[in-house]
Amino acid sequence: MAKIEKANSLGEWFDQRLNTTTFTKVMMTEYWIPKDINFLWAMGVLLAVTFKILVITGIFLMMYYKPDVNLAFDSVNYTIMQEVAYGWLFRHMHGVAASVIFLIIYIHMLTGIYYGSYKKGREMIWISGMLLFMTFSAAGFSGYMLPWGQMSYWAAMVITNLFGGIPLIGDALVVWIRGDFNVADATLTRFFMLHVFLLPISIMAIIGLHFYTLRIPHVNNQTSEDIDYDAEAEKYLAGNKKESKVIPFWPVFISKDFAVLGIFLIFYFYLVFFHYNFAMDPVNFDPADNMVTPAHIYPEWYFLWSYEVLRGFFFDIAGFKAFDIGLAAFGFANVAFLLLPFLDRDPDILPAHKRPMFFAWFWVLMVDLIVLTVYGKLPPTGANAWVGFFAAVVFILLFVALPILTKIDAKKRGA
Amino acid sequence: MSNNTNRRDFLGFTFAAVAAVGGAASLVGMKQAWDPLPSVLAGGFTNVELSGLKAGEPTTVMWRGKPIFVLKKSAEMEKSERDLIIGNDRFIVAIGLCTHLGCIPAWKKSTWKCACHGGEFDSSGKQTFGPPPRPLDLPPFSVKGTQIVLGEEGPEYKKIAAAMMA
Repeated sequence: MAKIEKANSLGEWFDQRLNTTTFTKVMMTEYWIPKDINFLWAMGVLLAVTFKILVITGIFLMMYYKPDVNLAFDSVNYTIMQEVAYGWLFRHMHGVAASVIFLIIYIHMLTGIYYGSYKKGREMIWISGMLLFMTFSAAGFSGYMLPWGQMSYWAAMVITNLFGGIPLIGDALVVWIRGDFNVADATLTRFFMLHVFLLPISIMAIIGLHFYTLRIPHVNNQTSEDIDYDAEAEKYLAGNKKESKVIPFWPVFISKDFAVLGIFLIFYFYLVFFHYNFAMDPVNFDPADNMVTPAHIYPEWYFLWSYEVLRGFFFDIAGFKAFDIGLAAFGFANVAFLLLPFLDRDPDILPAHKRPMFFAWFWVLMVDLIVLTVYGKLPPTGANAWVGFFAAVVFILLFVALPILTKIDAKKRGA
Repeated sequence: MSNNTNRRDFLGFTFAAVAAVGGAASLVGMKQAWDPLPSVLAGGFTNVELSGLKAGEPTTVMWRGKPIFVLKKSAEMEKSERDLIIGNDRFIVAIGLCTHLGCIPAWKKSTWKCACHGGEFDSSGKQTFGPPPRPLDLPPFSVKGTQIVLGEEGPEYKKIAAAMMA
């Protein structure tokens, strides 16, 4: 056992038992961050805070929410919204946070892509991050179902139906996932469990993994410079703070994160108090009805791009059914980003503006994602359907072309 | 047992084998916990009286939480191999969920049109436009006089199902 002596302070008492001094050094005051990173690197802290908001508001919502097809709608729209003190606030904070967390995730992802932060030694950071994105998507979808409105119901109907496209076991799988022949009470209660328990603790575990993956290859920087962290940290500790290329996470770097966080929270609470409606579809204020479909079904904005890839293929091609092509394209869209570290064949880590082909690729991807998102919301008729089709084709071709484009970049540079 | 395998390895293998069997057994249990409950399965029968239906106007009944379209065909509507013939009348019985992604198509004049992704089905439930990959699905039913019982597989159902497969 460690040597335990009479402690002179509470801090010392804990230090003798939990080694808190070393722990704080490793995790915070001697966790080194490059100086050369901009506000886009603050997204991690923003996400951590937004997730915390989601968990805390979720706990308060859960205390009055009733996961039962007969009670769910009223428990949200009457009990929580009308009766519970500040219930409306918790709901709007939860709903808006669920929406903006995807905005921040996308900025976080695209920053990583732009600066090549997924490459050469940082693959696990990227993969664990994509796992987080997938679990967040599942949590977002399962939570969307809980108010049991019309959009909730039909979103669940469409999404569970997607599994019917899997060969051989599809139909049986759909019944199994729903626990009924239709989206019904069993479906609601199991999605409730997923949303309030299994997915949040999975997310927490993967967040732990995601943080850990950063500790060994360290965080990338604006110029993708390969920093000798040990040498630079020594300089800093010796007092050469100006010459050292690194600074400690706490309390130096975090102050910048807090500044960005402050601006973000102003934006977030502006949405919560003045524009909470953008996260609340009017159709979802109709109670779920399994005998009437709303005229036009669309997911929340953050799923629109992959939804448009799914429905972009609206005609049969070469004997393949439109439905199957769409489903395959949708599957592709959901794993394409995961494979990014292996599709990028450039051996060097460089920001996109130093890789001409990749730079073009990045911005075409950005535009394509925006086009897919916009057209994902529009009814898929006439010219809209064709725009969706071409945008979906462009999306797939981008990922097919990536290994070739990055090879060309590397060759021109002589790498 | 060979000379290279000592008793500790044997214990290890035995433990792994027992754990594997236990793990597989619990997966079976977990799988079945998500299967539909007996009360859900038992509630799966619905009687529909066909004699009062008006030709050319489909009605919708609920079976297992799903809409079922029952259409008595009018004289000008095309005959098809999935027509259910009772006396002189022809009926179409179909699960009223678009075979694309499960929305409920609405009856417009002589076709079922799905608003979500533009799929269309004719009066025989056959897909005529848009992304639906197959005709409207046929629910299992049996015929009792002028009634059908949804949820039972009668000979008439089997005949139509076989004709649709062909």
